[in-house]
Amino acid sequence: MNKPTASPPTKIPSRDIKTIVNAGLARRHAAERRFRWYGLIAITLGLTFVVLMFANIIGKGYPAFWQTYIQVPVTFDAAVIDPQGNRDPQAIETADYAALVRAGMRQLFPNVQGRLELRALYGLVSSDAAHELQDRVLQNPALIGASQEVWLLASASVDTLVKGNIDRALDESERPIKDNQLEWVDKLQAAGKIEKQFNTILFTSGDSREPEQAGIRGALMGSFFTLLVTFLLSFPIGVATAVYLEEFAPKNRWTDLIEVNINNLAAVPSIVFGLLGLAVFINFFGLPRSAPLVGGLVLSLMTLPVIIIAGRAALTSVPPSIREAALGMGASKLQMVGHHVLPLAMPGMLTGSIIGMARALGESAPLLMIGMVAFIVDVPKGFMDPSTVLPVQIYLWSDLPERAFVERTSAAIMVLLAFMILMNGLAILLRKRFERRW
Amino acid sequence: MQSFLLLTLLLLSIGGYYMGRKRAFAVAGGHIRNLHSLPSFYGSYTALWCGLPALIVFALWATLQPSVIIDLVVAGMPPELRNLPPDRLNLIVNDLKNLVGGNIVSSTPDPAMLEAANHYRNLRVIGNASLWVVVMTLAIGGIAHAWRTISPTLRARNRVEKIVNLFLIFSSTVAIFTTLGIVLSVVFESILFFRQVPITEFLFGLHWSPQTALRADQVGSSGAFGAVPLFAGTLLISGIAMLVAVPIGLMSALYLSEYATPKFRAVAKPALEILAGIPTVVYGFFAALTVAPLIRELGAALGLHVASESALAAGLVMGIMIIPFVSSLSDDVINAVPQAMRDGSYALGATKSETITRVLLPAALPGIVGSILLAVSRAIGETMIVVMAAGLSANLTANPLAAVTTVTVQIVTLLTGDQEFDSPKTLAAFALGLVLFVVTLILNIIALRVVRKYREQYE
Repeated sequence: MNKPTASPPTKIPSRDIKTIVNAGLARRHAAERRFRWYGLIAITLGLTFVVLMFANIIGKGYPAFWQTYIQVPVTFDAAVIDPQGNRDPQAIETADYAALVRAGMRQLFPNVQGRLELRALYGLVSSDAAHELQDRVLQNPALIGASQEVWLLASASVDTLVKGNIDRALDESERPIKDNQLEWVDKLQAAGKIEKQFNTILFTSGDSREPEQAGIRGALMGSFFTLLVTFLLSFPIGVATAVYLEEFAPKNRWTDLIEVNINNLAAVPSIVFGLLGLAVFINFFGLPRSAPLVGGLVLSLMTLPVIIIAGRAALTSVPPSIREAALGMGASKLQMVGHHVLPLAMPGMLTGSIIGMARALGESAPLLMIGMVAFIVDVPKGFMDPSTVLPVQIYLWSDLPERAFVERTSAAIMVLLAFMILMNGLAILLRKRFERRW
Repeated sequence: MQSFLLLTLLLLSIGGYYMGRKRAFAVAGGHIRNLHSLPSFYGSYTALWCGLPALIVFALWATLQPSVIIDLVVAGMPPELRNLPPDRLNLIVNDLKNLVGGNIVSSTPDPAMLEAANHYRNLRVIGNASLWVVVMTLAIGGIAHAWRTISPTLRARNRVEKIVNLFLIFSSTVAIFTTLGIVLSVVFESILFFRQVPITEFLFGLHWSPQTALRADQVGSSGAFGAVPLFAGTLLISGIAMLVAVPIGLMSALYLSEYATPKFRAVAKPALEILAGIPTVVYGFFAALTVAPLIRELGAALGLHVASESALAAGLVMGIMIIPFVSSLSDDVINAVPQAMRDGSYALGATKSETITRVLLPAALPGIVGSILLAVSRAIGETMIVVMAAGLSANLTANPLAAVTTVTVQIVTLLTGDQEFDSPKTLAAFALGLVLFVVTLILNIIALRVVRKYREQYE
């Protein structure tokens, strides 16, 4: 750079600058290319993370949509189900169906002897198999006395083995499935008596300690009730706030305070809302813990800022000429808003609300504070029943060591993501369909 | 039962609307020009008279009834039960509620309890019945009142609009009440906590082990509530997250706004923003089950000891989560820099990267700093990733391979599970919440102020 001062005076300075610039050009272009590459690498990294996460979760989760069943010859022995022979429904309901399952398993492997061996054999099917037989008999009492080949739910360890997630080379003591069980499963597989069927249990039952019987229905219903409360509270209040601030509020310190408040609330960590819910709704108002009502209250406070901010943006995008025309025709201010501005802003408001609801659907931290983390088997039926929500169910399952639960956790995540994609897709569709450029 | 009452009330209000409208037509002699307001306003006026007072009474009644009934039942109990200390009485009341609800009670109930349960049931039936009577009387009385007052000169529109306006104002104060609720609930519990543990010890103490404070007779019963290890752990994990998120987010934003073709931008920008929409619990699962074991194995291969709940794993994944915040916020700021500044730089012969580093970045710096501050506040308040992937033990260390714990993790662990509300253990969670709230609030205020100031400069 200091070359020009040292150059002899006979040369023309402009040519000199040109050579200097030319000399630096290669270096500068290289720097330019490097910089460009850094940018590209950053983008690629970011996109790789997206792909990696999805691949990881789908790879882990898709086997959970199939469940292993074992075909067992079951004799619906009248002596076991209905010893009196009078078809008393009470007796039929409380009969020892597990004995039928055990008999069926013995029939499959007549050579197995000894208590320990037999217990290992019975361990191949889930404890839920007895319920399955009970359901069948209750639905169709004519089955009593008949024999049937029945597909019974396999236990989680058999399921894991069939899906290839147990290393057979491991020492027997380190495997959840023992050598003799391994041998039986292989025999069953060779005979075509093991089959993977679509896992309906995942969608029809609540939580369970047994992986093969655990489902997300309870969590889904909990999420549904919670989100319903959230929507019913936050949408009207959010829209009303947006309308007030945008159309009616005088410009003074009070409304300034409200605005600053809303912007700050949007950035408060979600767990702080959980503390609020615990201190105010549960301790002060004495509402029940773990109830969707409380969860919905907390989430609606969290979602409000999102809806308000989106609602205000939608209202400002409606041109003033609409308002002036309405007022000019003699409408009152409220009529102007209710009949003209609000309908035009509604698609934008709905889009914002759906995005806010999608976020509320994925939220779990504040719900941990208000006790929605309990182990709940029953599917909730109302706003006051103890329940959990889908993300919290994922959190609970992710703590469990069994491989089968890892699979189910991933499957639950896939369901959660599917709902979120659905909601966001709906929001985008709404925007595309109804957005108006003025 | 109560939802049925609400439904009836709703139907009555709808009925009231049509009755009011019809009444308005009738008093106007069939010509609406004789009326002060449009007929629908008379309808709404009637519906409001029907629904609103009844609804207010219903809400008050429904919240007060349970405690009033409990008081009455306790007052009617035999004296030996009534005079028990409050905590025992609470247990009895709980038993009573279970008995009434038909749940299984631990022991066979004694006759006094059974009688109390019967008393409870009777009172509840009476309460619900009188609620019905009162609400229905109010609703029908409201309709009757509106019916009588409707006349062509009644200013129905003004009255209805006044009510709607009140509702709008009330809605807009919900945000204020929320903030107030947060501040009050956290501050009150924190004050209780600081009565037991001095504030200086909490803010500057180096040792954190709240679990020892459970029983008064244990060794070290005072517990240790020095929160510095938590602050350090939070900063360590957030720091790692920012090291991941800032370069990647900023470079992506620069590339997307300066280099990318519109087509590429249209695809890549939303794809990157998917990261912002994924629930944090999913990141936590990813961190705990995929990233943490990977880092541990990698460390083992290099001969390093990596804790299975290392700060690195949680920080890395949190960084991935924050990328879209940094990138989309900086994207906005970069796009706000006037094109003239770029053109000026190009005219002087600068390359694109020189323009970016010497013109664009200095011009956009305040905004970028603001967006980074927002991202930091996000990282500090993030809960699920650290709950699932970071440790529980409070180590005061700067080693990213060791397990550390954070403020949010401790809040969750202190407040889930059984709790009594006066032990320093649970109160400590609120004190931590207060710190979290104040710090994120300050960060947000600074960030928003910086961003706004910068925007004004160019608009």
